[in-house]
Amino acid sequence: MGYDLSALKQKALLIRKEILELTHDAGCGHPGGSLSAVELLVALYDCKLRHDPKNPSWSDRDMVIISKGHVTPVVYSVLANAGYFSKDEYKLYRKLGGILQGHVTKKTPGVEFNTGSLGHGLSAANGLALGGRLLKKDQKFYCLMGDGEIQEGSVWEAAMSGAQFKLDNVCAIVDYNKVQENGLTNEIKNLEPLKAKWESFGWYAVEINGHNFDEVIKAYSDFGKVNKGKPYVIIANTIKGKGVSFMELNKSWHGKAPNDEQLAAAMKELN
Amino acid sequence: MEQKMKPAATRDGFGEEVVRLGKVNDKIVMVSADLEDATRAEYFKKEFPDRFFTVGIAEQDMVGTAAGLAMQGFTVFVNSFAVFMTNRAYDMLRMDVCYNNTNVKVICTHAGVTVGEDGASAQCLEDMALMRVLPNMRVICPMDTIEAAKATKAIADQKGPFYMRLSRNAIPVLTDDKTPFEIGKAIVMREGKDVTLIGCGLMVYESLQAAEILSKEGIQARVINMHTIKPIDKDMIIKCAKETGAIVTSEEHQTAGGLGSAVAEIVVQNSPVPMEMVAVKDVFGESGSPEQLLVKFGLKGANIAEAAKKVLKRK
Repeated sequence: MGYDLSALKQKALLIRKEILELTHDAGCGHPGGSLSAVELLVALYDCKLRHDPKNPSWSDRDMVIISKGHVTPVVYSVLANAGYFSKDEYKLYRKLGGILQGHVTKKTPGVEFNTGSLGHGLSAANGLALGGRLLKKDQKFYCLMGDGEIQEGSVWEAAMSGAQFKLDNVCAIVDYNKVQENGLTNEIKNLEPLKAKWESFGWYAVEINGHNFDEVIKAYSDFGKVNKGKPYVIIANTIKGKGVSFMELNKSWHGKAPNDEQLAAAMKELN
Repeated sequence: MEQKMKPAATRDGFGEEVVRLGKVNDKIVMVSADLEDATRAEYFKKEFPDRFFTVGIAEQDMVGTAAGLAMQGFTVFVNSFAVFMTNRAYDMLRMDVCYNNTNVKVICTHAGVTVGEDGASAQCLEDMALMRVLPNMRVICPMDTIEAAKATKAIADQKGPFYMRLSRNAIPVLTDDKTPFEIGKAIVMREGKDVTLIGCGLMVYESLQAAEILSKEGIQARVINMHTIKPIDKDMIIKCAKETGAIVTSEEHQTAGGLGSAVAEIVVQNSPVPMEMVAVKDVFGESGSPEQLLVKFGLKGANIAEAAKKVLKRK
């Protein structure tokens, strides 16, 4: 995959700013886990995904399930910048009558599946893949999950099914940002050894720095080539709140919006 | 009332019909969680192995996988015992099926106390309440195996989520191929002017038994087969309330939230009349034979007849 690294970095910066503005303007939302997933989603939508923002229901498109459904700031910013809808919609983010709900829904062009309760996306991605197989369609399916999210047992039910059905067109992405609502993920319930865990469930696992575009793009590029007969998981080591010093690895920014001063301070760091 | 054939479980009507549907519609698929033998979904598995997926004992995964398949344009049947489906996978039914409004048909057997010897853990007495409060979900409880087959076809023909409640045990067959079946349209099984007995599932038969008992005492009871709990037949309920002035509901389910509650919601808001609800009274079931349990929990025709006499005093 050829790509323009500096353009991608510029885009990531723009999206980080929009995440902060969206949550600031709404007065609520989830900036921490949005900031950690920026490179993962920018690289996916810009470099890998087969999609058409002007025709979101194109039947042969690749499909993305946002299983960590609370990270709407990053999802909406990525989708708007890809051309799925106008940024005018930002005004009604989390507000009555808007298409940009607090957790992802199909009201938003480009969103495939309503989520918001954790641990749902991977089973749905498996179902999409089984359906695609019956229809003999050449599609790929992506499922973005949080690290705290995979404490849900249903994730592991789905992980076993993905391997059992040999769904090598399913790519799970774990945004391993180390922090969940009430503290450090691995202090609350340890996920380690995480790569070995997925491998033992029959998955082809890669572990990368989820903020390094070269590594993220290589991981996407290898998906579908190296994992014949096995579903693929990218364990992306990331930093919750990445890019804003006072938000990084700070649990209190999981579900809180910056006020005016905090927004100004954050923007200054990003500029 | 004349029985049309020997008693049969409503799960059989489902299992046979879904195979017939699968033969004419290759978009019908099934996801299962290792109870397909008991739910009769295995008839479909044997006929269409390529369109049958088992996820092992993982009800949450079953429902989520079904939603994904439905998003690819399939009509997806999932099956389990009512307890495991509606309780274990409730969040998935709410989110993946109802909130996403996916074309998933939720088929549950082993509902009610007539599961029998397996005891309380297996006897689902809350499923209709749980399912009918979910937006987009429609709820069907057929009265016999013939009606279960018709309901299976009807829910496959309509897009979107359905919950169908079926029995493990053989129950009397009182309808035949000519009996009409339309989702949301209740059926008058017996005419009467003094009181209306409204039941679903096995309790339609028990209500007919009650009507026999009452007729010997000069009370003319109307009997309604309310096979669709949601959307409930509002017109029929109001008509019966006005014409008979008293209603007794009966169900193999908790009093709270089930058929009786659904009927009462219509009655109190439109045409208030005295009601009695024959149902399980906020307790768990226990082991025993189906017949012993129906007696123990007060779900026999005699109990319905008693409730009718009680409600008539309040008319």
